Amino acid sequence: MTIRAAGHEPPRVALLRSMLRLRCFEEAIAERYPEQKMRCPVHLSVGQEAVSAAVGLALEPGDLAVSGHRAHTHYLAKGGSMPRLLAEIYGKRTGCSRGKGGSMHLIDETVGFKGSTAIVAGTIPVGTGLGLSLSLRNTKQVACVFFGDAAVEEGVFFEAVNFAAVRRLPVLYVCENNFYSVYSPLRVRQPEGRQIHEMVSGLGVRAMHGDGNDPELVYRTTVDALDSIRSGSGPAFVEFTTYRYREHCGPNFDNDIGYRTEAEFLRWRAADPVEAYERRLLDLGTVTSEAVRDMRAEIAAEVADAFAFAEHSAFPDAAEAYCDLYAGEDGT
Amino acid sequence: MSRVRTYAEAIAEATAIAMEIDERVLCFGLGVDDPKRVFGTTAGLLERFGPARVFDMPTSEAGMTGVAIGASLDGARCLMTHQRLDFFLLALDQIVNNAAKWRYMFGGQSTPVRLVVRLILGRGWGQGPTHSQNLQSWFAHIPGLKVVMPASPADAKGLLLSALFDDNPVLYLEHRWLHQMQGDVPEGDYRVPIGKANRVADGDDLTIVTMSSMTLEALHALPCLRKAGLSADVIDLRTVRPLDWETVLGSIRKTGRLLAVDTASPTCSVAAEIVATAASECFDRLKAPPRRLAMPDFPVPTSPALTANFYPRAEHIAAAAASMLGRTIDVEDIVASRTSPHDVPGEWFKGPF
Ligand SMILES: Cc1ncc(C[n+]2csc(CCOP(=O)(O)OP(=O)(O)O)c2C)c(N)n1
Ligand SMILES: [Mg+2]
Repeated sequence: MTIRAAGHEPPRVALLRSMLRLRCFEEAIAERYPEQKMRCPVHLSVGQEAVSAAVGLALEPGDLAVSGHRAHTHYLAKGGSMPRLLAEIYGKRTGCSRGKGGSMHLIDETVGFKGSTAIVAGTIPVGTGLGLSLSLRNTKQVACVFFGDAAVEEGVFFEAVNFAAVRRLPVLYVCENNFYSVYSPLRVRQPEGRQIHEMVSGLGVRAMHGDGNDPELVYRTTVDALDSIRSGSGPAFVEFTTYRYREHCGPNFDNDIGYRTEAEFLRWRAADPVEAYERRLLDLGTVTSEAVRDMRAEIAAEVADAFAFAEHSAFPDAAEAYCDLYAGEDGT
Repeated sequence: MSRVRTYAEAIAEATAIAMEIDERVLCFGLGVDDPKRVFGTTAGLLERFGPARVFDMPTSEAGMTGVAIGASLDGARCLMTHQRLDFFLLALDQIVNNAAKWRYMFGGQSTPVRLVVRLILGRGWGQGPTHSQNLQSWFAHIPGLKVVMPASPADAKGLLLSALFDDNPVLYLEHRWLHQMQGDVPEGDYRVPIGKANRVADGDDLTIVTMSSMTLEALHALPCLRKAGLSADVIDLRTVRPLDWETVLGSIRKTGRLLAVDTASPTCSVAAEIVATAASECFDRLKAPPRRLAMPDFPVPTSPALTANFYPRAEHIAAAAASMLGRTIDVEDIVASRTSPHDVPGEWFKGPF
């Protein structure tokens, strides 16, 4: 496996492309969710794409990743199949979990995506265990764990991170701090003035932080963290601040229901990471508007194909509910 | 005069009444004060009782359960709420090793652990393997815990009030599909005793024992059985620990046939316990082998294609009951009367949670 040298330039065009792709995908779900064909909860990452895009590009293909309930963009950024993700949300047999898991339970081991699950913080120890095995095998791979600001309130977070620190495990903890857990702001869950990354630093883990809507900063920070992990310095924790545009679960906007203000949303929306980065690369001359247009068209076609695949795939037979329970058995 | 409320409203009403009666009652959990108010079940509480008594919490189910136990040891009565039972699994240590044991392991001398934990049972709309588990038998297995599963708005109110004024830890399992259900709810400090089952239908041919949403399914099955000339006792357990054996076994002795219906999977279930007890206590009165009707012994899948026939419903209860009487009956009426897709509680539900 080739390992990237520290401090190298962010892959700007690829970053923009990935962000546009994640945005287009999630927005398409929001648009079509009211058709009532995606019959499971969905947690969209619209507004948070820069973190997934940049971390996805910073990771090596051989690295492993796990995530939580809001995992579509982590899965895609790690290389997971878009048609199979969508088919899973549609409950189809071709879905990445064969219809058993839905939006909150995704897997694609062929690209190192080892699973996302729906219990907050549930995969933090699991990702840490991946790191344990990787360290024992002495590979240069890293296990990456994606989670939100609420997950650090669970006991298993501390237990797992503590173990990773004790054993200097090759684990990258990626905390997307979007300031909310469902409708609960940080202030009712964590003490005023606490910085999550400072707290984690106190656990003996190298912790960094930054603006999660700046894809280049996320990329550099993550590459820096990965380099130190691969050099054997133990786990690293990166906290990126960002903002979810749509409701916690589902396709709608909900700034009117009272847990946050329209003004707050508009402030974040005005500095939209995808639009801002597109403008930046256009200004820098890194991309032309024609190139961006082509990119958007390609992405739109990819997303449309993924929807067609999901819609046209067959549903599993009802009997398939009764397989896959134990290894070594193909039926009931 | 009838006083119609939804199951969700009945929960909010019971909580408010308890908080009114005893200022030491606290209500906390993720989202209890948020705009959705836990599907409306905590509506109005924050406004009435203030943020010192009604509050959100960190995403720390294990720790906060222990905090509730500790507060109760100083005289508070804690009502905790979890939007899915599945989230509460992080707190098993506190509930099993501390709450359930506290009184016993200190020789009955401790301050009572007055803790009620509301656990919402998910179903449908792709809730899937980790958002729809019915683990009442886990809790019912633990000496020291009480476990209630109300099936109607009146019981939702009456059992919650009893639980809140009980001197023992009580797990209160409420079904997401019942929240919108309407029914008569008595006014005021109305209590339904913990440990008393409710005979919701009278019959001679068999005993159908139910809990929670399965009580409604059983009631829906009755007209179909009646058409075939069959009648059943339907015993809504209301409480699965302590279980009202007197009522359950009394009915089985009368009818000689038992169909134990459960919202969970069958192995080591409450239904299994009822079948076992029926077999050992009234073997000589049984006219047919007692049966369980429960979920498949599998996790709940997400795809609607996989859940289509996953949950036992009224037609399955009717068919199973009839077959225990050596009959096959037509359940088409039941199936045809249903207007909404199988994975939603009613047309009003459009997702996502
Ligand atoms: C143990 C547990 N508790 C509660 C929930 C309900 N829940 C689902 S997502 C969520 C919010 C988590 O917030 P955060 O970690 O900040 O992630 P975000 O949704 O903001 O991306 C909660 C509380 C859960 N799934 N698991
Ligand atoms: Mg968050």
